[in-house]
Amino acid sequence: MPCVRPDGTLSGSGRAMLEAVQTDSTVADVVAKTGMPLFRVRSGLRELVAADLISETGELFSQTEQGAAKARSSG
Amino acid sequence: MTAIEQVEARPGLPRLNEPAPAFEAVTTHGPLKLSDFEGSWLILFSHPADFTPVCTTEFMAFAEIYPELQKRGAELLGLSIDSVYSHIAWVRNIEEKAGVKIPFPVIADLDRKVAIAYGMVMPGESKTETSRCVFLIDPKGILRAMIYYPLTTGRNMDEILRLVDALQTADANGVATPANWRPGDKVIVPAPNTTELAEERAGAGYECTDWYLCKKSL
Repeated sequence: MPCVRPDGTLSGSGRAMLEAVQTDSTVADVVAKTGMPLFRVRSGLRELVAADLISETGELFSQTEQGAAKARSSG
Repeated sequence: MTAIEQVEARPGLPRLNEPAPAFEAVTTHGPLKLSDFEGSWLILFSHPADFTPVCTTEFMAFAEIYPELQKRGAELLGLSIDSVYSHIAWVRNIEEKAGVKIPFPVIADLDRKVAIAYGMVMPGESKTETSRCVFLIDPKGILRAMIYYPLTTGRNMDEILRLVDALQTADANGVATPANWRPGDKVIVPAPNTTELAEERAGAGYECTDWYLCKKSL
């Protein structure tokens, strides 16, 4: 998967998206913060939500506790 | 006959001005859905096979126009009936041998679901490869244009850019575009559909050949 490697560590794009939602952010916010294309951000956020690293409330995305821990770690 | 064989026995084409067939597919940029592109124009195109000469020239040409497409709010998405590993090897080979980085995702359509939904396989040409198809899908997910080229003939990138420009101009201004139109050229004012409107057109200040063929500058 493009954001989360099989060993659970994050790819560069996965880490960038996780860091972009340190505070509540919309998809457009994440596009602006990461410079990645809209389609890539949508699919990446979907993957990070499925991995329980990001939560989705309405149109806002934010780090889960697990995601915050992952963002602080080097992996 | 299995369900897949039944579908393949009567391949259909998608229709203009109807929602483009939805899909979720494995790509070189991870799993992508058609809905991931909502809000952008999408140019979905197929090629016959990886590591083939005409397709390689086309991929380099698509990469070359990608910045121009992005300026127009358009994304590119390639497709062939090859594995994602083949795609990855091919795009890496193009970068290594030709110095061209392929910046857009490519669908690995091994189960041919997307190819069948979009009528990309032309059995008269090849039963195992997709033809050179181009689908322009607007930001609302509506299929707006289709171009089909045979296996032997590489596509014209200028025409794809021109088509994007023409559709965006038509949408923004409620006009049509004449043959060989280019940005900056005069556009066609839609023909009047009542006698009253036809008479009023005379004083509208357009450049008219006759009441039904009038142009204006934007």
